[in-house]
Amino acid sequence: MRTKAVNEVTLSFPSHSRNESFARSAAACFAAQMDPTLNELEDIKTAVSEAVTNAIVHGYPDAIGGVTLKLRILEGNVLELTVKDHGQGIPDVDRARQPMFTTGGEERSGMGFTIMESFMDKVAVRSAVNRGTTVVMRKRLAPRLKK
Amino acid sequence: MEIQVKSADRNLLLELGGELDHHGARAALREMEEALDAALPRKLVLDFSGVTFMDSSGIAVILRARQKMQLLDGSLLVRGVSPQARRVLDAAGVSRLVTIK
Repeated sequence: MRTKAVNEVTLSFPSHSRNESFARSAAACFAAQMDPTLNELEDIKTAVSEAVTNAIVHGYPDAIGGVTLKLRILEGNVLELTVKDHGQGIPDVDRARQPMFTTGGEERSGMGFTIMESFMDKVAVRSAVNRGTTVVMRKRLAPRLKK
Repeated sequence: MEIQVKSADRNLLLELGGELDHHGARAALREMEEALDAALPRKLVLDFSGVTFMDSSGIAVILRARQKMQLLDGSLLVRGVSPQARRVLDAAGVSRLVTIK
């Protein structure tokens, strides 16, 4: 479903793990114009961190490739976050979304999608093997009283 | 990600600082394993007071610590967890497995 954006920005970066920090900070900076609560900002940073880490670790396990982070503000105070890679893709998305499932070895917990689902209102995953993965997340921020 | 190691009488205290994400967790895991192998503690305390951000990478660190302390027949305490990190741990159900203060 395509919804008109009030404002949007697209960032592209190589899948170096040091860009995880950049991506979540950039998302928080963009979301600041929605006047979020501190909790909402932390939720956004955490969900972006999980999705970007997945792209880096699982999209490109043996190489460096491109990751795109698209941030859009939609009508109704909704923030949409899209993380896209053109990496190896996920053969079984339903299985990958199960808690504790990981192919990332001991340094991963397998809880990334669980965290995204818990911190965002909606999480949609599209993936094709050898084509890449797109994760679209939406969160409606609580309306704040205008002074 | 910085880690301060303090060890005395087979009590090991690891004070973590900075951002505990996938990038930071690699170093944290390595340093934790080295400190555990050197101290073979009865009690491990992971102090998260200095952690400014944590995602599910922190879960992997805590679960690894739990596994290691079970092998050593010792105890694990996680303390100084921020509200943000606490929400990550609660969403993953880690608070049911590990003592968190």
